[in-house]
Amino acid sequence: MLLIACPFCGPRPELEFSCGGQAHIARPGPPEAVSDAEWAQYLFYRDNPKGLARERWRHGGGCGQWFNAVRDTLTHDFKAVYPMGAPAPETG
Amino acid sequence: MQHYSVASLLRRAVDPVASWPAMWRTPEPQAQYDVVIVGAGGHGLATAYYLATEHGITNVAVIEKGWLGGGNSGRNTTIVRSNYLFPESAHLYDFALKRYEGLSQDLNYNVMLSQRGVAMLAHSRHDMESCTHWANAMRLNGIDSDILSAGDVKRLIPFIDDSATARYPVHGGFIQRRGGVARHDAVAWGYARGADRRGVDILQNCEVTGFLRGPTGAVTGVETTRGAIRAKQVALTAAGNTSVLATMAGFRLPLQSYALQAMVSEPVKPFFDTVAISLATGLYLSQSDKGELVFGAGLDLYHSYAQRGNYPVTERVMASAVAMFPALSRLKLLRQWAGLVDVSPDSSPILGPSPVEGLFLNCGWGTGGFKAIPVGGYMLAWQLATGAPHPIAAPFGLDRFSTAALVDEAAAAGIPH
Repeated sequence: MLLIACPFCGPRPELEFSCGGQAHIARPGPPEAVSDAEWAQYLFYRDNPKGLARERWRHGGGCGQWFNAVRDTLTHDFKAVYPMGAPAPETG
Repeated sequence: MQHYSVASLLRRAVDPVASWPAMWRTPEPQAQYDVVIVGAGGHGLATAYYLATEHGITNVAVIEKGWLGGGNSGRNTTIVRSNYLFPESAHLYDFALKRYEGLSQDLNYNVMLSQRGVAMLAHSRHDMESCTHWANAMRLNGIDSDILSAGDVKRLIPFIDDSATARYPVHGGFIQRRGGVARHDAVAWGYARGADRRGVDILQNCEVTGFLRGPTGAVTGVETTRGAIRAKQVALTAAGNTSVLATMAGFRLPLQSYALQAMVSEPVKPFFDTVAISLATGLYLSQSDKGELVFGAGLDLYHSYAQRGNYPVTERVMASAVAMFPALSRLKLLRQWAGLVDVSPDSSPILGPSPVEGLFLNCGWGTGGFKAIPVGGYMLAWQLATGAPHPIAAPFGLDRFSTAALVDEAAAAGIPH
């Protein structure tokens, strides 16, 4: 069981959370200027790193809020938690 | 190379000193091959086998960072089936099932295929409508399926809870009787032995650290922990680690890696002679030849390169199993583990050329790679040998994500994700 630090509620068990996938994906635009290949990248292609990943998480079983996290996909260790919209922190 | 037969068995029965010869060599890497395949799991070894047997290409190496068959080939729940919804997938997976039906003879290696039937269980009227639609779609695709009534399910699985207060009521379902289980290690070992005896080098403990590139940027080989190996063509059959290799080669893929758990109970006497899959919980259950019950269900729903699952999913799987089959409640789990699966957005595989010249893909099988080993290997071998996709593999190219011609099998993959 992971213990995840919700920025609004504090540490809670992983059962209360869901992962929303890769963070910081910007929708390309304007739509008429976006090629099929660029739409495919936006919709389907993901980084899938082995190591540190920047992800969206939602505390659905608590405050219901979205937040971003830096997590190690090999150890499942949460390195940092930061608000939606904020730039990704440097992590070491 | 020892050919297995009744005579070879009898000879060793009467002469206990005679030992079975090693099933494959442990060669040193050569400087150059026609084809280098990255990943010695079922798909990689099958690719090498079909390159040798179907196309006469034997100057081939299969390289593996660990030991052969030590990834998902040794971690799955051994189920084979072709009960998919869409014609493209139906033809793909049934090609694999047909190959499985003759695989022991083809490989001269007993893969212990047991066509005990794969039953999908419906727990509501709506599940039953889905099952009827699904079973009829299979029949239209020329694949066997039989709709099961609630009574049929009870006769098939007498210990299922069909009482009035059951948490998951029994409404019926459908069965693919040609489906079943096969010995997962034997499939990898059989293909390895068959490829090796035809001259393919299987290089274990040899991890890819980078790609050799030609003047035009084409891949011309691999850098490994055992030195550089040049190749005319390189193919990736690395399942959950494919994205790591693609990143080395400088491109992304529409894949996400997850841990998929499986677990087995202590062995008990035979009491369950089919494979059951629940539409409500994603649970799939069978009994191994040793008597262990083999369980699996959903993914750990966050991206992971850890080959182990976390406890909440284990608990959910067992809770589903005990709710459906109360008789299991006192069984102890012996082992629990996870494999690293590469899930694509439409839960269908990616077969064919990569964005980089000279580099080819067989990935995205997600949670269902074991049942597809013969077709994955056959289609990749066809692509490498002929330079074009086989008609059955053509709908599964990487280009489908920019043409939006997806083959969305999220439901028939059998588990929620």
